Amino acid sequence: MANHCDGDFNPTGSFLKIPAIKFTKLFINGEFVDSISGKTFDTFDPRTGEVIAKLSLGDAEDVDLAVKAARHAFDHDPWPRMSGSERGMIMMKFADLIQENAEEIAALDAVNGGKLFTLCKVIDIAAASRTLRYYAGAADKIHGTVLKLSKGLQGYTLKEPIGVVGSIIPWNFPTAMFFMKTGPALATGCTIILKPAEQTPLSALYYAQLAKMTGVPDGVLNVVNGYGCTTGDAISSHMDIDKVTFTGSTKVGRKIMMAAAASNLKPVSLELGGKSPLLIFDDADIDQAADVAFSGMFFNKGEICVASSRVFVQEGIYEKLEKKLVEKAKATVVGDPFDPKVHQGPQTNKMQFEKILSYIEKGKTEGATLLVGGNRVGQKGYYIEPTIFADVKDNMTIAKEEIFGPVLCLMKFKTLEEAIKRANITTYGLAAGIITKNLNVANSVSRSIRVGIIWINCYTVFDVGCPFGGYKMSGFGRDFGLEALDQYLQIKSVVTPVLNSPWY
Amino acid sequence: MAAAASRISSLLSRSLASPSLHSKGRICGVGRSVVCSYSYTTAAAIEKPITPSVKVNYTKLLINGDYIDSASGKTFPTYDPRTGDVIAHVAEANVEDINRAVSAARKAFDEGPWPKMTAYERSKVLFRFADLIDEHTEELATLETWDNGKPYEQAAKVELPMISRLIRYYAGWADKIHGLTVPADSPHLVQTIHEPIGVAGQIIPWNFPLLMFAWKVAPALACGNTVVIKTAEQTPLSALYAAKLLHEAGVPAGVLNVVSGYGPTAGAALASHMQVDKLAFTGSTETGKIVLQLAAKSNLKPVTLELGGKSPFIVCKDADVDKAVELAHFALFFNQGQCCCAGSRTYVHESVYDEFLEKAKARALKRSVGDPFVAGIEQGPQIDSEQFEKIMRYIRSGVESGATLETGGQRLGDKGYYIQPTVFSNVKEDMLIAKDEIFGPVQSILKFKDINEVIKRANTTSYGLAAGVFTQDIDTANTLTRALKVGTVWVNCYDVFDAAIPFGGYKMSGQGREKGIHCLSNYLQVKAVVTPLKDPAWI
Repeated sequence: MANHCDGDFNPTGSFLKIPAIKFTKLFINGEFVDSISGKTFDTFDPRTGEVIAKLSLGDAEDVDLAVKAARHAFDHDPWPRMSGSERGMIMMKFADLIQENAEEIAALDAVNGGKLFTLCKVIDIAAASRTLRYYAGAADKIHGTVLKLSKGLQGYTLKEPIGVVGSIIPWNFPTAMFFMKTGPALATGCTIILKPAEQTPLSALYYAQLAKMTGVPDGVLNVVNGYGCTTGDAISSHMDIDKVTFTGSTKVGRKIMMAAAASNLKPVSLELGGKSPLLIFDDADIDQAADVAFSGMFFNKGEICVASSRVFVQEGIYEKLEKKLVEKAKATVVGDPFDPKVHQGPQTNKMQFEKILSYIEKGKTEGATLLVGGNRVGQKGYYIEPTIFADVKDNMTIAKEEIFGPVLCLMKFKTLEEAIKRANITTYGLAAGIITKNLNVANSVSRSIRVGIIWINCYTVFDVGCPFGGYKMSGFGRDFGLEALDQYLQIKSVVTPVLNSPWY
Repeated sequence: MAAAASRISSLLSRSLASPSLHSKGRICGVGRSVVCSYSYTTAAAIEKPITPSVKVNYTKLLINGDYIDSASGKTFPTYDPRTGDVIAHVAEANVEDINRAVSAARKAFDEGPWPKMTAYERSKVLFRFADLIDEHTEELATLETWDNGKPYEQAAKVELPMISRLIRYYAGWADKIHGLTVPADSPHLVQTIHEPIGVAGQIIPWNFPLLMFAWKVAPALACGNTVVIKTAEQTPLSALYAAKLLHEAGVPAGVLNVVSGYGPTAGAALASHMQVDKLAFTGSTETGKIVLQLAAKSNLKPVTLELGGKSPFIVCKDADVDKAVELAHFALFFNQGQCCCAGSRTYVHESVYDEFLEKAKARALKRSVGDPFVAGIEQGPQIDSEQFEKIMRYIRSGVESGATLETGGQRLGDKGYYIQPTVFSNVKEDMLIAKDEIFGPVQSILKFKDINEVIKRANTTSYGLAAGVFTQDIDTANTLTRALKVGTVWVNCYDVFDAAIPFGGYKMSGQGREKGIHCLSNYLQVKAVVTPLKDPAWI
């Protein structure tokens, strides 16, 4: 059994495969261009902390150029004036090209984001094509309504593309986030300036190139790399961007909304952090519950906004479940994400790595019981052991703040009412899980927890058809599903008198 | 605007353009004198038809994924309407074959894998099917023209692209069929689940064999149903070929079964089958009534009917007359007049009547008729001798009832089923040619004075399929739009058939809608799921 404690940990060994980096510049108006300043920034391999490539560093002036291109493409060029079916056909081709290049793209995300290569290929990259195809099929199904109005009037609504969209995406799912934002925006006929996270800029540039090859017209999809406080800020405060959509931390989400408010009042959609509860009831199947709780937290090294980071277990099965979770943590193989045997890769960057370790320290000093893990793995890269705390109180820092790393907080509860109440004691409201066989429990809890998605007897189940987003300070607006299209549409009502109608 | 619709308009603009664009195959120039200005091809050209370049490979019944002979071993001939010659002998389905097809479809539905696949998987099969249709446009369009007589260019450049477009449209719906969570009065959780209805029986006509095939099959399959489809006995060939492509695209055996045969035998067996969960029929009102009765007598299966029409095309005083003439001509003569929504009552305001009539007549005289395989030909032969005779009878009836025959009225050539583009003026509502669906190249022009009068007259019909309205005035357009009792109103356009636009009839033009989101409900059951909520946070 390979175990991270076995000493065969070798992050720079035979699985180190850095793919050729073909695209490092900004993608504006259909061309790869240097930034105006000529500046670059480094992107790293989280397995080693070493530099993979130097990329053009965008700033406000590059955002201006991209907006100009996107504006022109929206105001004068064919994209929004094509039929939805024509846009859909282009998006279908785009999806096919992604599938054809899955191996290469997955390698980019793995080497840049520390993601498990094999999983990334079969899950993230396949889901990217799936998302594009879904919205390709939606492009010709955006219906307005014909209205029932007062006597003597008739009217209808037109759903028009909102215009130039700024998309700012995080580093934990570089591919999924790219298409979660661009899929519906492209379908509606919008044009886009997308800023990938500075930690994971590589696959986005690759996608920009594929889009061009597919026939997405120049200026429709622009990728500007750079930092949040410069490029990101330039996007959110731009006077000629009609909409900003952001996925990332609550802290940055607030800044984006303030910048949007201070500039042109552009509407904003935010998909932010979480501290999602998973409620496991006494009647649960213990093995299933342990599987769900464990993968709910440790999937993607805990770097996922919906992570089940607060696991509430009813007292009757608490001890058995605790034991199972510890066993699972011990059996987890941490290592090079290119190694198919590995379960957990490195955290994405140094800052996150250090932040997670400091939360682990805080958990210990505030009195939680460290059941397993808690340490760095190896001496190089950003690997952390799967970590589980017990005896966690609702007011401890590790129970309140989003850690965004492999740290699970276990809590015990007695009654349904108590579980609901404690699950809701958070400023977040992204997701929640329920493990029970009892229909009434499932239904009561589903309605009582103030979150955007409830998983019953499952967790982290994403489907492009299923809308996703937060209550409270987890954000507003929805990604995925047909609801995501609303982010990118304006509604125009058209009203006119009608004479001698036989009915109203 | 959809590609297909713009292709229709490009055909239109082409026919508006200079005659040199479609000069091939015609003898007379245009408009020198009335006598010589017909654009009909010579009898010689009609009598020496072009030999189609496609082989007829599929003539058997397609049941459970295999092409098989009929149980009786019987076949029937399918004819080339250009000559009346036999193209091929096709396996003839009867009750026993319908039983076989239904049980294959039943098994494919009840045991899967089709309805049990994810909607995404089903959509991928349909997307591949659309790609294959595009790749085989030439063969399919050739079969269509050969068997039906429609102009090859129309089949290849308008209909085939519309077909793949429509299949893609429904492929895109497959994973977007949403039920609702429903507000409740008391603490209950209420959901609606949209489930495939089961085995769909479908009966299609001969005027647009492949297009009708796609309208029926694509939404049914997208929803997860299985299908037994009976094609028209006049045009069995193209659907058998397309079905082969759908299997190449990966549809499991038994999901789509195609049977060729006659209405009173195969059609009746399908309509009255106890194991068929749903019936969809496109054809004549007369047959629609029979189909509905058979469904009622057997297992009360729900029925959608898309039937005949006598659609008004209303040209108001402020209309752009040239445009109105061209579109009115197109609305009636398109597809040899064999369209259920043909604009077969052309109402023209008295102030523009004379100008309109003169131009409509001139346009009909210019219409190029001949071998549909010849480039530039606008009109081929009627489908068969029965239709041909029926149309000729109506033309005689028009003359006898006192309408003025402005042009046409005769057979063209002495082989095949060609009819001259025919225009009647001074038509009155009580004449047969204004009441009955002629389904041929016979335009009836009627005069009107005011809007209220034309509304009343336009609605004086047992049909209610479509209408055309020609005006620049927004109030006139709105008033007419609401007052006409029809399923589609085309304002300043006609025959725009996007996949997303619902189509169907009021009154005796049928029930239900095809195309668009509305068609999905034809192929779905709605199941309400209700359960009490214990101490819900809200209701």
